[in-house]
Amino acid sequence: MSLLALPYWQETAIKLGLALAVIPATSLILVYLFLFKMMAFMQSRLGPNDTGPYGSLQLIAEAIKFLQKEDIHPAQADRRVFRMAPVVVLASTFLLYVVLPVGPDAVVQNLDTGVFYAMAVSSLSVLGILMAGWASANKYALLGGLRAAGQLIAYELPLILAVMGVVIQAETLNLQGIVVAQATGEIFGFGAIGNPFILTQFFAFLIFMISAQAELTQTPFDMPVAETELVGGFHIEYTGFRFLLFFMAEFGTAFAFSALASVMFLGGWWIPGFDVDDNVLNVLGPGVMLAKILLIAFFIFWVRFTFPRLREDQLQKFAWKVLIPLALANIVLTGIFKVVF
Amino acid sequence: MPQLPGLFKGLGVTARTAGRTLFPKRGWKTLIPAPQKGAVTVQYPHEKEAPPDRARGVIALHEENCTACMLCSRSCPDWCIYIEGHKVKAPPRRAGGKPRTVNMIDRFDIDYALCMYCGICVDVCPFDALFWTPEYEYSEPRIADLLHDKDRLGEWMDTVPDFLDYEAGSEQKVRKVPR
Repeated sequence: MSLLALPYWQETAIKLGLALAVIPATSLILVYLFLFKMMAFMQSRLGPNDTGPYGSLQLIAEAIKFLQKEDIHPAQADRRVFRMAPVVVLASTFLLYVVLPVGPDAVVQNLDTGVFYAMAVSSLSVLGILMAGWASANKYALLGGLRAAGQLIAYELPLILAVMGVVIQAETLNLQGIVVAQATGEIFGFGAIGNPFILTQFFAFLIFMISAQAELTQTPFDMPVAETELVGGFHIEYTGFRFLLFFMAEFGTAFAFSALASVMFLGGWWIPGFDVDDNVLNVLGPGVMLAKILLIAFFIFWVRFTFPRLREDQLQKFAWKVLIPLALANIVLTGIFKVVF
Repeated sequence: MPQLPGLFKGLGVTARTAGRTLFPKRGWKTLIPAPQKGAVTVQYPHEKEAPPDRARGVIALHEENCTACMLCSRSCPDWCIYIEGHKVKAPPRRAGGKPRTVNMIDRFDIDYALCMYCGICVDVCPFDALFWTPEYEYSEPRIADLLHDKDRLGEWMDTVPDFLDYEAGSEQKVRKVPR
């Protein structure tokens, strides 16, 4: 962070405060825009519209409702693990935000292994979900936890393999580097809009989006929480604030994955016409990123509200027999093109 | 991939519904979002939907007709009707006749916290004392207040609609609601 020359502790305090403000705000935006309003319009109804202007304060009211509720532990629950589980899930969400760049300098920590770090940290949430499923001492929760483990591990692979294509093309694991590679790239000698990798890595983008859908356990891949068969899956025994943590983690992670997709495939914070290290981009970048993130999130939730749930075996078959071979083929093709051109 | 066209069709259906809900107006006004008009739902507390005539909202009691025969109470699947009564002597119908004994009800309560609106009590009543009415706004902050006594049940009588005509050719006489 060369922008503000602050002592380490002040910088850390600012970053921490930002994280505490940003992550609830992101889930607030996604839930209000998509879960409440867009879903309602897709079902030809209005959605919440009494709390605040156009119902925008509805989620705050719901959060307050969750805070009022009693904190219940099942009698047979493994108390310590039961309490830690939502924190672990939310921690994985928080850690994801560390590497998301929104401007040339506007990033919490510019890691050289950013992509690797993001993928590693995002799979931490499986641990939390397994902990929740196990510690609840409930058959449905355990089934949900096991399903989540199987699903998240199965879809972690195509997710990472899809990203490999981008990494090969950008020749860096650094997320900032990937943005720069797209900004300075050229499409057959035409460099005005750079080279967003969605053009050259379209299949990787598709695979990434499908596996992200599964990673986020959004319909049609929501078997771990399938409310009609598992009555809520791993968070069945959670009430009040702990449930709120799971809820926030779900949408916070959705936002983070949309951000990852827009960094890796849509060109990130760069605006055509600016230098990649222009200071103005530190101000305009977050806005551009937000627009791109909302666009990606729109697709995630559009799919979520359209399709019914897959069956467990269909889900596994789809990951291992379709997505992973496709992702591998994509890596091979990208490698060949990289060497030839 | 035979499923692919169907997948895109599904996405189209949801997107089109969202568009129709958000932008229901035609012509240049299409650009003005008006979800209040586009949504098919009735915004309940602000506007009310008229329930159909035979809607099962709440059960009304016409106290004069009740003889405390207990048929309704005994046929109730979840025992939510409480009846107590006593016998009184009534003057004979015709001059010189024997004085009659009639049942008077002291208590006739329906616990709407238990009632499941099956309507067996209304069907089984041989004296036309129980009627369905379409009123539905009687929720209470306290669950105990859902126990309606015979005065409260009597008040519902004002809201009982007349019985509808049977279909053409029926020889059944249309029942009258005692007013």
